[in-house]
Amino acid sequence: MSEKQKKATAYWKENVRYLFILLFIWFAVSFGAGILFKDALNTIKIGGFKLGFWFAQQGSIYVFVVLIFVYVRLMNKLDKKYGYNE
Amino acid sequence: MSVQVWTYLLVGITFTLYIGIAIWSRAGSTKEFYVAGGGVSPLANGMATAADWMSAASFISMAGIIAFAGYDGSVYLMGWTGGYVLLALLLAPYLRKFGKFTVPDFIGDRYYSNTARIVAVFCALIVSFTYVAGQMRGVGVVFSRFLQVDINTGVIIGMVIVLFYAVLGGMKGITYTQVAQYCVLIFAFMVPAIFISFQMTGNPIPQLGMGSTLNDGSGTFLMDRLNGLSTELGFAEYTDGTKSVIDVFAITLALMVGTAGLPHVIVRFFTVKRVKDARKSAGLALLLIAILYTTAPAVSVFAKINLINTVSNKEYSLMPVWFKNWEETGLLQFDDKNNDGIIQFVADKDKNELMVDNDIVVIANPEIANLPAWVIALVAAGALAAALSTAAGLLLVISASVSHDLIKKVFKPSISEKGELWAARGAATVAVVIAGYFGIHPPGFVAAVVALAFGLAAASFFPAIVLGIFYKKMNKEGAIGGMIVGISLMLFYMAKFKLGWLGEIPDKSEWWFGISPEGFGTVAMIVNFAVALVINRFTPEPPEEVQEIVENIRIPSGAGEAVDH
Repeated sequence: MSEKQKKATAYWKENVRYLFILLFIWFAVSFGAGILFKDALNTIKIGGFKLGFWFAQQGSIYVFVVLIFVYVRLMNKLDKKYGYNE
Repeated sequence: MSVQVWTYLLVGITFTLYIGIAIWSRAGSTKEFYVAGGGVSPLANGMATAADWMSAASFISMAGIIAFAGYDGSVYLMGWTGGYVLLALLLAPYLRKFGKFTVPDFIGDRYYSNTARIVAVFCALIVSFTYVAGQMRGVGVVFSRFLQVDINTGVIIGMVIVLFYAVLGGMKGITYTQVAQYCVLIFAFMVPAIFISFQMTGNPIPQLGMGSTLNDGSGTFLMDRLNGLSTELGFAEYTDGTKSVIDVFAITLALMVGTAGLPHVIVRFFTVKRVKDARKSAGLALLLIAILYTTAPAVSVFAKINLINTVSNKEYSLMPVWFKNWEETGLLQFDDKNNDGIIQFVADKDKNELMVDNDIVVIANPEIANLPAWVIALVAAGALAAALSTAAGLLLVISASVSHDLIKKVFKPSISEKGELWAARGAATVAVVIAGYFGIHPPGFVAAVVALAFGLAAASFFPAIVLGIFYKKMNKEGAIGGMIVGISLMLFYMAKFKLGWLGEIPDKSEWWFGISPEGFGTVAMIVNFAVALVINRFTPEPPEEVQEIVENIRIPSGAGEAVDH
């Protein structure tokens, strides 16, 4: 394997690792907190919101937005590290 | 000034603006027509994507659906936003690096096969046409409600406007009109929401107002009041749903994956300059969408409480003017079953006397809350912006599928640039006319099918694209087999359980795994993945140069501009 290919493989591996972590959080806030564990979380109240309901109609959306911007930052750094930035 | 005058004024100003932008940014080349020249800034693309994405359904119907479905409405909120995470992480950057004009372009080249390309075109046309018919209808409905013109006249006015800027401007014209349309629609949605939140809770931010206490001195939380009112009238608690957990799970996933697989959304990411711009503009698009999507559930709560307080157990003769106005349109219907002159609004179907259309929650909300006339007119302009921007985006996908993917890539590769541009304009014109026809004569199944466009996209495109990027050894036999089986299974399930084309529609208890047609895209998508991977095992590997393409799209640098080839 050439130097160039090695670099590309290492870059891709790190990229995929980020994806796993970020998509785990994506799954946890929506399908986890908003659907599967909603009833348990609904016993907790914050202000007027039951927590499971809040995740389903508000919280998960906020987390989604943050996730994409975290991804943008991580990838920009990764691009720089491997010299793929332009 | 009256509401009527304000509405004519605001709709007139915004339409003039859209047409002005279209003339200023008309397309001169196929590249400008398909991908706006490839130099759109991330913010402009984010705004355009948001307007493209938020349709008449998001603007007019969603808050109402949630108001009546309570927790069950969460599937739309999570489903239609969570898909952007998938889009940003799994699709947009790589498709941008690939750098072609359309989704079938990617499928055709990545799977080195015109069969794959044609299957993809077929899927894109099914998804886009079902979706666009609903938009044209939406335009007609808004015109008829706010400007007292006939629905059909409304559809035709909408057709002419869209025709003008989509055919003339292509993607370039659409992009910049969508930027303007985003501003109009978000302003129109937020102003009444902020007014009402402040009125009811003293907190002007609707997302916080929703979790606050009522302003009436009782100190009760809004959500508790709503749960109380709901149970009192015999409905389920607002914060609990009636759908099963597995169905909520499946619908949410189908909507997310479908969102990520919709061609008119994906194609927007071909218009930016670099891979990093594609990532960033996906984030900006979701941020701009989230403003509306986190406000909508708050609007639902405010409106539901307002509505119950105004009508429940009140004398019919004492109803405010807006009640009578909306009764005339048929969106509100009162049937005094026990002849006591009092409105019973309860869960029990035999005793309930009030029928409320979902759409009224957003459309009539400003009137119910006694807001000024210009706010009511603003809602009309916003709804039109939402419907027109989505219709234009879809028409472009249809026209590019025909002129680029079919004519240029399959039937007549020798066509000149100029000829292709004319073909694109011609295809867009035909598509507008067909969409308008469906808007005027909506086949009974359109409304039912629009919600299922997501399932179709999930069952067809998403697996083929994801495997094409993340699995280098994925071959054409597997991808084509997966797409055909996936979309056929979804169409079969729709026909059987939603449209009743295969005999009488079976009872819910016969749903496979307890999953509704709306959520079945999840199952069809899994089947697509499975079929693709199994066929892939028993058929030859893709050629070396295709595997090199895959390695290449994984690296962000050197994207250049979207090029013809």
